Amino acid sequence: MSIWFLLAQPFAQHALVAAALVAVTCGLIAPLVVIRGMSFAVHGTAELAFTGAAAGLLIANNPVAGALAGSLVVAVLIATLGASPRERDSAIGAILAFGMGIGVLLLGFYQGFATAATNILFGNIFGVSGSQLLILVVINLLVAAVMATWYRPLLFASVDPEVAEARGVPVGRLSLLFLIVLALTVTGAAQVVGTLLVLSLAITPAAAAQRLSANPLVVTALSVVFAVVAADGGLLASFGAVNIKASVFITSISFAIYLAARLAGPLLRDRRQRRRRTRQVQPADGGTKVLR
Amino acid sequence: MTGNAVTLRGATLRFGQHVIWEDLDLDIAPGECLAVLGPNGAGKTTLLKVLLGLLPLSAGTVTIDGRAPHRGSAQTGYVPQQRDFDRDLPVRGRDLVQFGVDGHRRGLPFTRSRQVDAVIAAVGAQDYADAPVGLLSGGQQQRLRIAQALAGQPRLLLGDEPLLSLDPASQESVIALLDAYRREHGTTVVMVTHEIPPAAGFFDRVLYVAAGRWAAGTPDEVMTGQRLSALYGTHIDVIRVHDRVIVVGGEGAAGHHHLPAGDHGRHAGHESAGFPPDGQERR
Repeated sequence: MSIWFLLAQPFAQHALVAAALVAVTCGLIAPLVVIRGMSFAVHGTAELAFTGAAAGLLIANNPVAGALAGSLVVAVLIATLGASPRERDSAIGAILAFGMGIGVLLLGFYQGFATAATNILFGNIFGVSGSQLLILVVINLLVAAVMATWYRPLLFASVDPEVAEARGVPVGRLSLLFLIVLALTVTGAAQVVGTLLVLSLAITPAAAAQRLSANPLVVTALSVVFAVVAADGGLLASFGAVNIKASVFITSISFAIYLAARLAGPLLRDRRQRRRRTRQVQPADGGTKVLR
Repeated sequence: MTGNAVTLRGATLRFGQHVIWEDLDLDIAPGECLAVLGPNGAGKTTLLKVLLGLLPLSAGTVTIDGRAPHRGSAQTGYVPQQRDFDRDLPVRGRDLVQFGVDGHRRGLPFTRSRQVDAVIAAVGAQDYADAPVGLLSGGQQQRLRIAQALAGQPRLLLGDEPLLSLDPASQESVIALLDAYRREHGTTVVMVTHEIPPAAGFFDRVLYVAAGRWAAGTPDEVMTGQRLSALYGTHIDVIRVHDRVIVVGGEGAAGHHHLPAGDHGRHAGHESAGFPPDGQERR
């Protein structure tokens, strides 16, 4: 089978579009996830999307709707239970463990295809149907709309909650809004890479991007590019290796980008610092420190 | 009464039965620079929250330029305590300042205002405005914080320990910067601080809050052993070393941070203060 033959097939086209859609939303929110220190929240939401998907599968044979419901419930729970970051993490841990247990129980009752369960956990990009694609498009539009409207206050509240509050930014409400956006994104991503591997699209691209720039807009743009390269690149690679799931390639490419950025980051930073130092005629701050 | 930058009348703040401070009467004139001093937990930050419109008074009134404070007011700038940012936080000094212009506003984030460049230049931060904030020294950060607060051209500038954790040289340069700005623009400054900085003459007046009570006046009036002893309800020494003022608590507890805060509930009554009748204070 040539790759061109595959690319002409609707299932492959669906998969490529779905992967790109998911990657764009993940790449958009990933920098805020990293700045807010919410990697564990992503993980928790994804795991509980699994529970929701299992319930959806059992009740209505619709894992996507179940995953969506599950992750939204979790977003609200995290927002209500975790006031401080530390409290949030322990609350997520507690909810996650219990939720996974319920998920395993639900799957035990499920009499359908065994692959349905692995698909929830590790993704089944080639199984994306027209209606699922529609759900992904809607999620994408919602997330993009929220980010276009609220990006600035969200970033402000994430970097500097105290001053943001003083400037009238509704910090608490934005944190709930962000959790909901996160839940939507994670549910979408879970369709492609599976609930267990969501982190590779919702965190790794931003972690790589912030090694290369300190400009938040550049970091967001890079994060989107990295996510799309990993998702669609991984998918194309999997066309050549039928026995290996696309998730494996997606996570591998994502990680390779991260490693490369970690190596390149310090070099870039040193160069920029040298340039800044030579520009500085005299230190402006009390004459003592220029850059630590 | 009219024409004050800030007016507090019978201002009282309680959390449940716990009185933070009560019957606070204070007029701050436009362009005046007021230090808010007192031990931890005396309600200094809480007072700023009231002025920011984030917290309502339990009783009494507060007005800023004749109107009740409201959250997100463009008239009010805020400089927080210096804090450590992660070294790899993808935010530059310039972004921090930009927040002061439009960080609270919705809409696409593609703006680059000349205002930001101007205010960065005004605080002398051009050389490091494009560096990640996590790599800046405390003094550099606080300069950018001031730029952030001034970017909105506020008429009232509130500071919550903006000098804490800065080395003396940075403290002096930040104070000099604030002083020059407020004298030029007539900005009113209310600054919570743990000590009166050596740069004498920056603060016109002091508001000292402790144990639910308060005292206001010039630094020389308020920072005396007699006044502070009456405020705390225990023996306090005020020592002057060169141009520094050091407050030493009773019972051998030395150092400003270890002052006995007192039992707010017990000391909050009207009868025990016993200040001299002159000046602006509760009896």
